Amino acid sequence: MVTQLTPKASLYLPRLAELTRVEPLAQKEKVFEFRLSDGKELGHKPGQFVEISLFGIGEAPISISSSPTKKGSFELAIRATGNVTNALHKLDKGATVGIRGPFGNGFPIDKFKNKDVLIVAGGIGLFPLRSLINYIRDNRADFGNLTVLFGCRAPVERLFCNELCTWGEYTDMEFLETVDTCDESWTGNVGVITTLFPKITFDPSNTYAVVVGPPIMYRFVIAECVKKGIPEDQIILSLERRMKCGVGKCGHCQINNVYVCQEGPVFTYAELKKLKEAV
Amino acid sequence: MQNKIISKQDLVSFVNNLIKEKAAEEIVGVKASDGKYAFGELANASELCLDYDVTLLPPKKYFLPQKETVLKFKLGAKPSVEPVADAKSIIIIGVHPYDIKAIELCDAVYTSTNPDPNYLLKRNKATIIGVDCLNPNPKAFCPSLGTAIVESGFDLMLTDIGDSYVVAVGTGNGDKLLNKYAKTKAATDSELAQRDNQRRQALGKYKVSLNMPSSEVPGLLEASWDSPVFKEKSETCLSCGSCVMVCPTCVCFDVQDDIALTLDKGERYRQWDACMLVDFAKVATGENFRDDKEKRFRHRMYRKGMYLITRYEKPGCVGCGRCALACLAQIASPAETFNLLKEAS
Ligand SMILES: Cc1cc2nc3c(=O)[nH]c(=O)nc-3n(C[C@H](O)[C@H](O)[C@H](O)COP(=O)(O)OP(=O)(O)OC[C@H]3O[C@@H](n4cnc5c(N)ncnc54)[C@H](O)[C@@H]3O)c2cc1C
Ligand code: SF4
Ligand code: SF4
Ligand code: FES
Repeated sequence: MVTQLTPKASLYLPRLAELTRVEPLAQKEKVFEFRLSDGKELGHKPGQFVEISLFGIGEAPISISSSPTKKGSFELAIRATGNVTNALHKLDKGATVGIRGPFGNGFPIDKFKNKDVLIVAGGIGLFPLRSLINYIRDNRADFGNLTVLFGCRAPVERLFCNELCTWGEYTDMEFLETVDTCDESWTGNVGVITTLFPKITFDPSNTYAVVVGPPIMYRFVIAECVKKGIPEDQIILSLERRMKCGVGKCGHCQINNVYVCQEGPVFTYAELKKLKEAV
Repeated sequence: MQNKIISKQDLVSFVNNLIKEKAAEEIVGVKASDGKYAFGELANASELCLDYDVTLLPPKKYFLPQKETVLKFKLGAKPSVEPVADAKSIIIIGVHPYDIKAIELCDAVYTSTNPDPNYLLKRNKATIIGVDCLNPNPKAFCPSLGTAIVESGFDLMLTDIGDSYVVAVGTGNGDKLLNKYAKTKAATDSELAQRDNQRRQALGKYKVSLNMPSSEVPGLLEASWDSPVFKEKSETCLSCGSCVMVCPTCVCFDVQDDIALTLDKGERYRQWDACMLVDFAKVATGENFRDDKEKRFRHRMYRKGMYLITRYEKPGCVGCGRCALACLAQIASPAETFNLLKEAS
C-alpha cells in the first residue's frame, strides 16, 4: 500500500481570479492585472510563475510580472503566441480565469541582500525581471547598486515604456537600453545587448547578474559576464521550457534529470553548465 | 512472509468468489486473445490466463489511465470549476514481478513530492495479486535488473508449481481475501523448494541480458553523452512513440481542454504523452529542445538507465521488453543500447 498521504485535491485545481485591468504594451504584448476571487494574496517571490487557465482552451505557464510588494492584485505580462495566450488577449476587464501556483523556485533574493545586482533583460525576459526590479526598488536599503540593461529588436518592441522612462530618471539605479535595429527617430543605443557592457562599471565579485531573455542571448551575455569576472554561481538565469503541469509530473519541462518547473525555472550558470541541452 | 498452497481448482473458485461476491468494484486479470495478452475485466475465472509472457499494456493503466478527466468546469459570465478524481476499488490478478517493480516506480513519481490526487485515489483502492513469470518473452531481460522476482509490492503472489500455486501473502489485505474467499493450506518446505526451483528454471529462459551489472549503467551513461551509438541506433527511428506508450515506467502526460457541444461546460483531461514524439519539448517561440530523433532517443535511454534511478532510487527500466516488441524499427530495447555503449567504452 502506498504512503497514506492525503493529496491536496487542489493539485490541478485552479483558483478563480478576476481580470481587473488590461493594457497594451506592444504589438503582441499586453499586461493583465488579476485579483484572486478568494480575496487572498498570491504570495509569490520574484521569478516564480503561475499556470493560467482559460477554461475550455487550456493552461499556460506565465511569469508573475508584478512585485510581491504590490498587494491586493498581481500582474501577468503576456505575448500572444498560441491558443491560450491569443484567447487571453481577447479578454476584457471583469473576465474570470483560473490560476494555479505560484510555482518554481524564483530568484534567490536572499543571496542578493547587500550585493550589487546587474539585471540583463532581453525582450519579454523583462516580464519576470520587472517583478525583481520593482521588489528591489521597494526594499532599496537591502541591496547594493542596481543596474538594469534592457534590449529588444526595435523601438516598437519596447515594453512598459513609462516604467523604462522612470527607471532612467531615478538616481538610485542605473538604466541603459538598446535596440538591435531602428530608423532615425530613435536616438538611443543601437546594437545587441552586449554592446551596453562597456558602458557600465561594477565590482564583479560583489555582483549578482540576473539574465533573462531568448536562448540565443544567453550564450553571449553569459560569456560577457564570465569575461568581466562575475563568479559562475553569481550568474543567474531563468529558463523557458514546455510545461503542462507545473508540479513535477508531466515530464515536459525536463532537462536531463532536472524538472525546470520544480528545481527551476531559475538556475545559476554554475548549475546549468553541468546540464547538457540547457543553454 | 507467510506462504500458502492453493490448488489450481481452488484458485478458480477463489477468483469466481471474488467476482460473484463483488470483493471489489472491479476484478481484472490477464486475458488471452489471438495469442496476445491484455489486462481486462473478468466476468468469470475461466477467462483468466496466468501463464503468459507479457501483456500489451502494463497494469499502470489502472492508476494512470490513457485519458483521464481531472477537472470539470462551467463556462459563462460566472465560471466555476471543480476537481474530478474518482476511483473504484479494484483487484488486479496476474501482475508479473517486473510490473510490480514498475508500479513501485510510478508510486515514487506520483507520491514523493506533490502527491497526485488522481493517481493516489486509484492506487490506494487497488489490490495486487501477482504471479511469477515462468515463460518470459524473447525480449525481456529482467534478471539483469533484479526485477524477475519480488519480495514485496504485492498483496498476494502466486507461483505455479504444477497442480497448485504457492501463494506468498504480502499484506494483511491479501491475507483477509484468502481467508474470506479461498481454500488454502500451509505450504510445506518441499513445496517451497519446488517454487524456488520453478523460479530458477525461469531465470534460465531469458534470451537477453546486460553485459554488465545494472549498477554500472548510470555511470556508463554519464560517460557516454557524446557516443555515436545514439545517432547510429536512432537513424531508423520513426518517432512514433510506441516504445513509450507500452512502457510500464513511462509516466509523462499532456493536458487538454474539451468543451461540450452546448458550449456551456467542459472538462480538462490528461492523456499519456511521449518524449519520443517530435513536439514534446517544443515551446511557443518555436524552439524545440530535443529537435532531432537522436536527442529524443538519447533522452529516453537516459531516463531509463539513469535519470529515474538517481531521482527515485528505483530502476527506471524493469526489463519487460515491451518496447522492443512494439518497435517497428527494432531499436527500442534499452538493453541493446546499454550493451553497445559498454562495448564501445
Ligand atoms: C516558466 C515560464 C514563464 C513564462 N513566462 C511568460 C511570460 O511572463 N509572458 C509570456 O508571454 N510568456 C511566458 N512564457 C511562455 C508561455 O508559457 C508560452 O508562450 C505559452 O505557453 C504559449 O501557450 P499558448 O497556449 O498560447 O500556445 P500554444 O497554442 O501551446 O502554442 C504556441 C505555439 O507553439 C507551437 N506549438 C505548440 N504546440 C504545438 C504542437 N503540438 N505542434 C506544433 N507546434 C506546437 C506552435 O508554434 C504554436 O503556435 C513562459 C514560459 C515558462 C515556461
Ligand atoms: S524501457 Fe522497454 S524494457 Fe524497459 S520497462 Fe520500458 S518497455 Fe520495458
Ligand atoms: S524507438 Fe521504435 S517505437 Fe520508439 S519512437 Fe522510435 S521507431 Fe517508434
Ligand atoms: S511542467 Fe510538468 S513536470 Fe514540469
